[in-house]
Amino acid sequence: MKGSSVYTFIFVMWILIILGGGISILILAPISISGYGEFDQILSSGIKAIVAFGLVVAWIFILTKIKNWIFETELKD
Amino acid sequence: MQDQIIAAVLVSAIAFFTVYFFTPLLIKFLEKRNLTVKDYHRKGGAMVARPGGPAIISGIVASEMALYVLMPIVRVEISAIVITTILAFFVGLVDDKKVMGGWFKPLALALTVVPIILLGAYDTDLAFPLFGAVKIPLLYIVVAIFMIPITGNTINSIDVLNGVASGFMVIASSALTISLIILENYEIAIASLSLVFVSLAFYKYHKFPCKIFPGDSGALTLGAMYGAIAIVGEVEVIAAVALGPAIINSFLFLSSMKRIVEHREIKSKPVVLTDDYKLKATADKDASVTLVRLILAGGPLTEKEIGSVIFKLTVFSGFLAILTAFLMGVSL
Repeated sequence: MKGSSVYTFIFVMWILIILGGGISILILAPISISGYGEFDQILSSGIKAIVAFGLVVAWIFILTKIKNWIFETELKD
Repeated sequence: MQDQIIAAVLVSAIAFFTVYFFTPLLIKFLEKRNLTVKDYHRKGGAMVARPGGPAIISGIVASEMALYVLMPIVRVEISAIVITTILAFFVGLVDDKKVMGGWFKPLALALTVVPIILLGAYDTDLAFPLFGAVKIPLLYIVVAIFMIPITGNTINSIDVLNGVASGFMVIASSALTISLIILENYEIAIASLSLVFVSLAFYKYHKFPCKIFPGDSGALTLGAMYGAIAIVGEVEVIAAVALGPAIINSFLFLSSMKRIVEHREIKSKPVVLTDDYKLKATADKDASVTLVRLILAGGPLTEKEIGSVIFKLTVFSGFLAILTAFLMGVSL
């Protein structure tokens, strides 16, 4: 089937989106800073942003590795 | 419910027929003024009118204005979607008239999200299937700022063959509309129907052998509206899933080029034309890796055959997007 490896990649990407979402909820949702008054929300959001950025970088890294593995033959061609 | 059905039928009809009747006039107008470009993949290299963006935006504005009148409860949301889409159209139009640098479109498209933020037509909860939602008040603004450049540029980057961008958008936005209906967000689903029928009417003239290219103004308009609906309809994750093949195309391109670069700046082409007017993957190591190049790894194909493979991949992504919408209602 033409582009069959792309179907696999789309499916893997979907699984990674769901798992990545789950991980981000488990890690990001509980983050809450208190004791800094009006800065609480800004600090919480800042930390969430840094963690989220790290998760996105990790997600892209994993996706790149999977891409190389799935498309090994095609990319060599 | 009856009001919503009437609105859905009217919006769909206005979107479809505005583009259906306006596009031939636009083609004549563009051809008269020599605003044509060569279709290199076609035998004889026919000259094709460009850009089709004005026809696309006219269908979107006309149909969304009808929805604005018919559904007063979502006027803020409709305004946010339409203003963002119009701004993206002008970003594309600038790029159609003058070749801008690789960074122009992402930066300019990032600014098009401002109306959505100013009108407050978004929710700070980011919902994921099975795991629920996470509240990210300030971080969500960053997500929204990235959303429109990503959707706009992914549609623009897949606009490489006759009919692909418009046909792709018909399938992806249909999946998004069905997902919105599953999530009982009926008003935004009707707004999304406009995108389905505008794309469908434009596909009639854009399919192989195409009579008009959408240009950056057309592709960015379609992509930005899709992104705006995703934000306003709170279906960001589902929208990303439905865009699967286009996201893979951008991902492969960026990971092979390792920088943001305008397609026109790249000298080595990822595909070449054979003597019998089929496309085949190039052996040039400096050429970017793209979705079309991967599809052609199995051997040369005609432009029509490649389009068919991309549409099948999009149907698969659309199915996963609808499945994701069902899973939104399931909690682990």
